[in-house]
Amino acid sequence: MSEPIYRLMGVRRRLGAFELHIEELSIYKNDVLVLLGPTGSGKTTLVKILTGLEPPDEGCVEYKSESLGPHASLARSRQIALAPQRPIMFRGSVFNNVAFGPTVRGRKDDAIVREILRALELSDLARQDARTLSVGQSQLVAVARALACQPEVLLLDEPTTNLDPARVALVENIIASMRKQNQLTVVWATHNLFQARRVGTRAAFILNGELIEVGNPPEFFDQPRDPRTRAFMEGRMVY
Amino acid sequence: MANDIAAIVCLSLWVAAGAVGIASIIGLPLGLWLGNINERVRRVVFAVVYAGMALPPVVVGLVVYLLLSRSGPLGFLGWLYTPQAMVVAQVILDLPFITGIVMTAVSTLSAELRFQMRALGATERQVRLYLLREIRPAALLALATALGRSLSEVGAVWMVGGNIQNHTRVLTTAIMLETAKGQFALALLLAAWLLAFALLVNVVIVRLQGKPAS
Repeated sequence: MSEPIYRLMGVRRRLGAFELHIEELSIYKNDVLVLLGPTGSGKTTLVKILTGLEPPDEGCVEYKSESLGPHASLARSRQIALAPQRPIMFRGSVFNNVAFGPTVRGRKDDAIVREILRALELSDLARQDARTLSVGQSQLVAVARALACQPEVLLLDEPTTNLDPARVALVENIIASMRKQNQLTVVWATHNLFQARRVGTRAAFILNGELIEVGNPPEFFDQPRDPRTRAFMEGRMVY
Repeated sequence: MANDIAAIVCLSLWVAAGAVGIASIIGLPLGLWLGNINERVRRVVFAVVYAGMALPPVVVGLVVYLLLSRSGPLGFLGWLYTPQAMVVAQVILDLPFITGIVMTAVSTLSAELRFQMRALGATERQVRLYLLREIRPAALLALATALGRSLSEVGAVWMVGGNIQNHTRVLTTAIMLETAKGQFALALLLAAWLLAFALLVNVVIVRLQGKPAS
C-alpha cells in the first residue's frame, strides 16, 4: 500500500453533546474510502475535518505529511473539493455554479465546465437559475461543482441521497472513471450499504462518533471483525 | 434662472453621488466584515450601527461645522461653506445606512454557505466578494437609501454649506429659501426636480436588483 494521503491521529471534535473520536485513520491515494454509519454517527463531521476548514478540537490531521488546517497553504487546500450533503446553490446560473471552483482558482475553463455538465446530464439546465432546481438536481450540481475543481481529493457527503437510480448510477460511473483517469482519491460518506459495496475500495464504519472498524472489501462487508459492524451489515439495530 | 436651476441640480447630484460613493467604498467592505463577526460582539456592534442611522442631521452638521471651522482641528483644510464640507457631512449620515443594511444582509446568510464556498477553493476575500453578489438586492437597497437620504437632506448641508448661491446651494436648501421668500412656484419646480431624481434613481436600482432569489 502506498503512503497515506491523509493521516488522522487522536482526532476529537465536540459539537454540543456529540463527540467524534478517531484514534487513527489513514486514507491512501486513489482509494475510494466509504464512510458508513447511521444518520448522526459523525460522517459529515469527519468529512468536514478532511476539508481542513473545520479543525478538530484535539489531535492531528495530516495531508500529504503536512498538518492540514485553516492555515494550510492555499495550493494544498485547493487540492481538496467537497460535494456537501445539503448543497447551497450560489446566486446565478447552474453554469456559473459549476464554474465557481475553476473561477476562484483563476483558471476558468468553459470547456471543462461544459464537459462535466454534459457528463452529468445537466447541459439543458446550464442557463437556469441554480436556486430554482429541485433537491436532486442541486445535489448533481454540487457533484459537478466539486468535479470542476479537478481536485486530487474528492469529498462526497451522501451525494446521491435524493437521486433516482439512473442518476445514482451516473454519478457512481463518473466518479469511477475520474478516479481511474486522474488518480483521484475519494472519501464517500453514505449510509447505503449497497452503494458502499459498489463504490468502495476501502470502508470504515462509524457509530456514535467512534470509528469502529476500517477494512477492505469484500472482507469488511462479509466478515466484519466488530460485532457492531456485523450488526449494521446485517441490517440489525445498532443505535 | 434656468442656469441657476441647472447649477443647483448639478451640485445636488454631485454632492449626493460623491457622498454615496465615498460612503459605499467604506460601508460595503465594513458591512461585509461586520456581518461575519462572532455572535457575542455582533449585538453590540449592530446596536451602535443602527443608532448611527438615527443621527440627527443638524447634530452631524454642528459637529462637522466645529471640525471645519477656522479654529477647529480641520480648519486648515478651508472646507467650511464648500461642497466638500457638504459631502463630508453626508458621508457621516450615509455610512450607517450602507454599513447597517449590508451587515444585516450578510449576517442572515448561513455559515454553511461560506463553508461551501471555502470548500470549493475560495479564499476568505473571494468569499466576501461572492457574498456581496449574494446580497446584491440588499446592497442596492443600501445605496438607494443612502442616495435618498443625501438628496433629501437639508439640515447638515445648510449648516456646513451655507446655502451660498452658485456655490453651495442644493435643491433642498433652495426649496427652503424660496418657500421662505414666498416663491412657491419656484419652490414647487425645484421639488419636482428632486422627486424626479429620487424616482429615476430608484427605478434604476430596482432594475439592477434583478429577479428576486427563489
